[in-house]
Amino acid sequence: MKRLLLLVPLVATIALLSSCKPATEGGAPPPKTTGDTLLIGLNTELTGSIPVVGRSCRNAAELAVKDLNDAGGLEVGGRKFKVELMVEDNEDKAESATAAAQKLVASGVLAMIGPNASRNAIPASEVAESAKVPMISPWSTNPKLTVGARDGKPKQYVYRACFTDEFQAAADAKFVLNYLKSKRPAILFDVSSEANKGQAEVFKKTLEAGGTPPVAFETYTSGDKDFSSQLSRIVAAKADSLFLPNYYSEVPMQVKQARRLGYTGPIMGSDAWSNTEILKLSAGALEGQYFTMHYAPDRATPLCKDFMTKYKAAYQQDPDDVAALTYDAFGLLFEAIRTAGVVDRMALGDALRNTKSFEGVTGRMQFKGTGDPVKSAVVLQVKGGKFVYHDTVNP
Amino acid sequence: MMSDRTRYTVVRMAALLCGLAIAIILPRTVLINPYIELVLKYIGINMVLTVSLNLVNGYMGEFSVGHAGFMAVGAYTSAVLTLFFIPPEWEMWCFPLSILAGGAVSAVAGVLLAFPSFRTRGDYLAIVTLAFNMIIKSALENMPAVGGPRGLTGIHKLTTLAWVYVAVVASVWIVRNFVNSNLGRGVTAIRDDESVAGLVGVNSRRAKVAVFALSAFLAGVAGALFAHEIQFINPRSFTLIKSTEMLVMVYLGGVASIGGSLLGATVYTLLLEGLRPTLQILGISQEWRQVVAPLMLILLMIFRPRGIMGMREFRLFKPRDERRGKPVKEAEP
Amino acid sequence: MTIQLLLQQSFNALQLGSVYALIALGYTMVYGILTMINFAHGDIFTVSCYLALWFSSLFLAIWAGSPPALVFAATVVCAMLSTAAIAVIIERLAYKPLRQAPRVSAVITALGVGLLIENTMVAIPGIGPEPRVIPNLLSGTDLQIGGITLSMAQLLTIVVSAVAMIILDAIVRKTRVGIAMRAISWDSRIVPLMGVPIDRIISITFALGAAVAAVGGTMFGMAYQMDPYMGIRIGWWAFISAVVGGIGNIRGAMLGGFVLGFVEILTPTVLRSSSYRDMVAFGLLLLLLVFRPTGILGRPAAQKI
Repeated sequence: MKRLLLLVPLVATIALLSSCKPATEGGAPPPKTTGDTLLIGLNTELTGSIPVVGRSCRNAAELAVKDLNDAGGLEVGGRKFKVELMVEDNEDKAESATAAAQKLVASGVLAMIGPNASRNAIPASEVAESAKVPMISPWSTNPKLTVGARDGKPKQYVYRACFTDEFQAAADAKFVLNYLKSKRPAILFDVSSEANKGQAEVFKKTLEAGGTPPVAFETYTSGDKDFSSQLSRIVAAKADSLFLPNYYSEVPMQVKQARRLGYTGPIMGSDAWSNTEILKLSAGALEGQYFTMHYAPDRATPLCKDFMTKYKAAYQQDPDDVAALTYDAFGLLFEAIRTAGVVDRMALGDALRNTKSFEGVTGRMQFKGTGDPVKSAVVLQVKGGKFVYHDTVNP
Repeated sequence: MMSDRTRYTVVRMAALLCGLAIAIILPRTVLINPYIELVLKYIGINMVLTVSLNLVNGYMGEFSVGHAGFMAVGAYTSAVLTLFFIPPEWEMWCFPLSILAGGAVSAVAGVLLAFPSFRTRGDYLAIVTLAFNMIIKSALENMPAVGGPRGLTGIHKLTTLAWVYVAVVASVWIVRNFVNSNLGRGVTAIRDDESVAGLVGVNSRRAKVAVFALSAFLAGVAGALFAHEIQFINPRSFTLIKSTEMLVMVYLGGVASIGGSLLGATVYTLLLEGLRPTLQILGISQEWRQVVAPLMLILLMIFRPRGIMGMREFRLFKPRDERRGKPVKEAEP
Repeated sequence: MTIQLLLQQSFNALQLGSVYALIALGYTMVYGILTMINFAHGDIFTVSCYLALWFSSLFLAIWAGSPPALVFAATVVCAMLSTAAIAVIIERLAYKPLRQAPRVSAVITALGVGLLIENTMVAIPGIGPEPRVIPNLLSGTDLQIGGITLSMAQLLTIVVSAVAMIILDAIVRKTRVGIAMRAISWDSRIVPLMGVPIDRIISITFALGAAVAAVGGTMFGMAYQMDPYMGIRIGWWAFISAVVGGIGNIRGAMLGGFVLGFVEILTPTVLRSSSYRDMVAFGLLLLLLVFRPTGILGRPAAQKI
């Protein structure tokens, strides 16, 4: 008798619950415009394993907002608005990135910038898309960010300010083949990081399509400090070029160990190198090597030079690519708000998607109806202890 | 006329169902927004996790530091099921099955971990559990079929507040009944003194297997709910950091106490989320948020080492015969 | 795979193993005397790296032009002293109040202290999250023996670590403080009755462990890199070294450190891929613990019923 008593509510519960659809409606509150202020959210990695990225991102964001407000604010459809920045830490964790995004949405932001790492940006983008709040990631290069996971169609509210992994890695491969004239290319990459792994795979595919498959395709895991076994194998395979699409905190150790083990050829990197810390950490070991980046600090346009000076004055260090891309993400956003002419998220989304040409610190961007911009990459060389412009790669 | 006992049961059922109704209706009202709903779900998931870890660390007195591994197994199993094996139209109906499957596979993993625990205890077992956590993470990273280090994206958002509520209620019910059963009391006997427990007839091997299996099952369930909430899981979500968080919640709330686990989970989640706006208002940079949590833990340990609830328990969770004021039945002569 | 590669890697493993051994010593000494796992020890190691960085910059600035060896020696000594001081402060503030509490509280507090150190370092404006490197003060010509490269820095790391371990071993075996430490680890209730100042000995234990870790920290900071979050992984690895060697046993800790260094470096060499390294390393560990639960040199604990 007691068993039946328990069974009935149990069955009823399951039936009831199964017939409930989870709340899929975003239900985002309208954008806050109290006191002629627009609220923009920043979802960034202030703590966790890449706090440097978070810090640069926040610095650039604060600078962008300050510049705008000092210049009188944002003119939208005849009214002037100031912009207020709301900063949230996503702790470099997927669940916190989601929580931060939800919090920003609930606070009534007009749009959100960030997260930067793809592993945080992708979950956050689901929130943005279902809440219909535009989101721009300054730095995430994973192609999956802007594409719906289930239907494969481009998302309507998710954008990025940088080029994708595929574009960059293919450009790197072509440089290695055509300019460095490498016949026996080798790769060492972090297999536990999606950006590195994705780039390494595209690099390999491009090499194979060009008729020069890699002679060594070595892997390591984030956090490794010793790469001697992999590098010894690369040296043994008589590689004449080495692709290291790895984070700037790991590359110096890799390069130093490679040289110590007898590798003498050129080294190619990706945008993950682009923090000037890499020069300090490598203490000269990177002299003469190449990497792709989002912009060239020495070939800077007046706009870019202006940004670099202001950033250095405010934060006592040179801006890295995260900072530059974040600054551009804001610039892109502000421009799109102006174009839209109304404080409305859907209009903002349309304006972003159809941006014909935005001239940013990191070059010219064009959006062709999706969230991925058409942008060039630059190849830089480390010369005289500085990043020096070498070449431009156009899509 | 209903006996006291039946009426008591009916009242409790009604209360639980009310709670369920609230859980179903609340997200649809304007009283809470999706952010608050998300935080409530996180609290619920953390509650299940904390209760599960408390079984091993509190009631059995072991020191498991790798529970995130069980969570990972549950998360990945259920995600793989709903992504690859269940057709979209049936998703909502099969979701509970998927959760249970995640828990079940996790329980098998738990049983595997029980074997080393027969011979090792204390600090050594801690390492074994840590090793286990890292092996699972490493294995997942090396399995391209489940996305490898990139993880699985596009998991459907099937976790509702209602399901989380059901999971919490079920976990509490299961654990409460287990702990007060013969086997469960054997477990606390093992904690107090393993040799003596053996002498009074406790089959320690059976108890250990039961505890690890049950604990892993619950952690797996929590993992499944987690996966279907944030819609994206990768091995990095289930490392030592997550295990450490679980430890903090258990010891914050109090060992060997179900109420303590619920409290610990709630306080910890709310604290971290609540610090976001608090620090913003105070103008302090968000990095200090991560400093506050361990600081509070240290202070708590120094001034109240047994956690908030200590070894005590809410009246609700004790068996009726043990509540204060009720005389224990004498054995029939 | 050549013998050459194997030898080269063994040499690298010796270097890494030395650092692990130095850190493992701190764990094992504290465990021996307090039966407590000081999970914050890995972060104390991280702090020692940063202190070494600070001192080396200071000395390089004020003694510009002096021989690097001198700067190195001064840096190591100052790092040792300051890290020891910090360790003692932590012990007095956080662990001493918990001596009568269940062991588990102390362990949790240690975890908390570790997290606190890490996150505070990230939050403090001057330190921040960027990885840093100590300028190499031990540079010299690399030795080339039969195709294997032995860098001066590596050689000196191994030598200096060995010296530190020998000194520590001597302290523990020959001095009165050392004897007191070992006595307390056997029976902590009787020993104070014999007039041994137990609080002081405990503080000295912490200080010694931290000082030894600081030696490793200085060299690690030069050979590799440091960032505030590295304490987690390195700390756990060193802890495992201590357990593998037999926790509570000083020679065991040294042995364990080298074992782990070899496992970490040779696994990817032999298996040709780094992705399985963690799995294999931990798998081996599990096996060891199943068949020899008290570690290699540990003494099986007899339980009095």
